[in-house]
Amino acid sequence: MIEVIEPGMYATIQDFGRLGYLKKGLTRGGPIDENAFLWGNYLLKNEAGAAQIEIVLGGSKFKFTSAAAVAVCGADVTLKLDNEDRSIWETFQVEAGQVLTIGPARSGLRAYLAVAGGIQVKPQWGSCATVKREQLGGHRGDGSALQKGDTLAIEASNCELTQRIPWRYRPDYSKPPVLGLIPGFQYDQFAMAEREKLSFHEYKISQQSDRMGIRLEGPAIEYAGKGLVSEGINIGSVQVPPNGQPIIMMNDRQTLGGYPKLGNISPLDLSRLAQCRPGQTVQFTRVEVAQVQQQLTKYYDFFGITPACQTDH
Amino acid sequence: MKPSIVNAGADAVIVYFSDEISLAANQRVLQLDAALADSELAILETVPAYSSLMVYYDITRHSDTDVRGAVKAIIESLPALDERDAAQGQTHVIPVYYDETVGPDLARIAELHGCSAEEVIERHCRDSYRVYALGFAPGFAYMGEVAEDLQAPRLDSPRTRIPAGSVAIAERQTAIYPLASPGGWNIIGRTTFPLYEPQKGILNQLNSGDTVRFKAISKDEFIAAGGSVEAFE
Repeated sequence: MIEVIEPGMYATIQDFGRLGYLKKGLTRGGPIDENAFLWGNYLLKNEAGAAQIEIVLGGSKFKFTSAAAVAVCGADVTLKLDNEDRSIWETFQVEAGQVLTIGPARSGLRAYLAVAGGIQVKPQWGSCATVKREQLGGHRGDGSALQKGDTLAIEASNCELTQRIPWRYRPDYSKPPVLGLIPGFQYDQFAMAEREKLSFHEYKISQQSDRMGIRLEGPAIEYAGKGLVSEGINIGSVQVPPNGQPIIMMNDRQTLGGYPKLGNISPLDLSRLAQCRPGQTVQFTRVEVAQVQQQLTKYYDFFGITPACQTDH
Repeated sequence: MKPSIVNAGADAVIVYFSDEISLAANQRVLQLDAALADSELAILETVPAYSSLMVYYDITRHSDTDVRGAVKAIIESLPALDERDAAQGQTHVIPVYYDETVGPDLARIAELHGCSAEEVIERHCRDSYRVYALGFAPGFAYMGEVAEDLQAPRLDSPRTRIPAGSVAIAERQTAIYPLASPGGWNIIGRTTFPLYEPQKGILNQLNSGDTVRFKAISKDEFIAAGGSVEAFE
C-alpha cells in the first residue's frame, strides 16, 4: 500500500484515459504529459496505460507499507527516500516503511509517480482516470484529488536492476516549446492574416490553465466566419473564443463545443505544453498530418500502444 | 450543402453535413455513423453532433488520405433518407415535476408568451423532441426543437448553481442538467430520470436520434420517485 502523507498542491490518479464514451459525453482524462507517463511505465515494464499519480508542482509525501519498484518522470523535482537522494527518470527500490518525498519542481509542472504493476484502482467505464468536472475516477470514484490519509493499493515488487531513460530522451522543460499545428476544423474560414498570427508571434501561458484547457495570451485572433453549431473537440484542438485568445484543449476537455478552431496541436507536442508554467511562452509551426502520423506510429510502436476502443462502436 | 470532410487532428476527421441545425443533417450524421460501424475501417470512436460527425480512427492502420477517401465513398453510397431514419431511435418518457420552486423560470417564459405557467407546462409536454446530440458534459442531451410558443432566450447572467435533474429551455433547445452546475438556461422543472450517477455506474440511456416526451407529475409522485425539492440559491 501507499499512504498519502502529504498530497501536495494537486495530485490525481491517472491511467491512459477513458476511451469509447465520447458519444455519451464522457471525456478521456488521462495524463496530460503522456510522454513522461509512458516513460514511467516503460521503465517499470508495466502495461503502457497502468495507473500512476500525476503530481502538480511537487510537494508530496508518500509512505510505502510494502516494498516496491518505482520511478518518477516528468517535472524536475527533487526526490528523497527517507533522507537519501534519488533521481528522476530512473527506477529505484522503496522498502516497506520508507517515505518518498517529492520536492518542489525546478522546471516543468507535472511529475508522475509510477509503481511496478500500477496503482490498483477500480475502473469506471474502463478507466480510473480522475476527471474533476465529471465527478468521476480516482480512488474514491468521484473525481476528487488525493487527500492526506488516503491509502492506495499496489502489488509488492522488487527493483532488480536500475533502469534509466537516456539523457537524449529527457525533455528540457525550461526551453520554450515549438508546437506543431495541423490545420483543421475551421482553419480555412479564418482570414489568412488572422490564422498566421499564431506562426509569427509568441503566446504566453495564462494563469487560467488547467487539465481542461491551456489558455494563451497574445495577439488576438479574429474569427469573422459564420457562428458554429456545437461539434466534437479533439485533445489539442486550438479553440478561438470571441476574445481572440486561443485555448488549447487538453485531456479533460468538454466533448462538444461551439467555438471556432484553427486545427490541432500534434499529440507529440502536447506533452511539452503540459509542462509549461503560467508566464512561459510557446511558439507554433505548421505541420503536415502525414508526417505527424508517421512519427506517432513509431512512438506508439515503441511504447507498445495499440490504438483501441474500450467499447463496441 | 455538400458534405465536407475536414481534418480534426492527428487521429481524426470531421464530416460536416450542414453548418446549421437541421433534422435532415442530423439524420445523415447517424446514418453515416451506422455505416462506418459496419464498414471495414478501423474506427476507434465517433462523436455525433447536430450536423457533424467526428471520426477517430486507428492511424497505425489508415492514413489521413486513405480515411478521407474511404469516408467519402461511404457517404456517396448512403441511401436517400426515408421514414426509417426518422423513426430509428427509442422513445423515452421523462417524468417532470413542474413548479415554481424547482422551475424558477416558468413565470418568465409565461410572461414572454403572454400565457399562464400551466400553458407553458402543457406546451413542453405537448411535443416530442429529438435527441440531436449528447455531450458538453456526461449525460447532457441536446433536444429539439422547442416550438416557437415556448422558446426563450438564455438568461442574461447565468446562475451559479443549477441542481441536478433540472429541466431547461434555451432558444429552440431543451435539456436536463445531469449534474449540479452553473448554467444560463431557463429552468422549468425537475426530474428523477437517471442521467449520470458515476458512483452507481449510471450513464445516460438516451442516444442521439432517440425521441423524448416529457410528462408532468405531481410533487408527491416526484418525491416518491426519490426527487428532491431543494430550492434555488
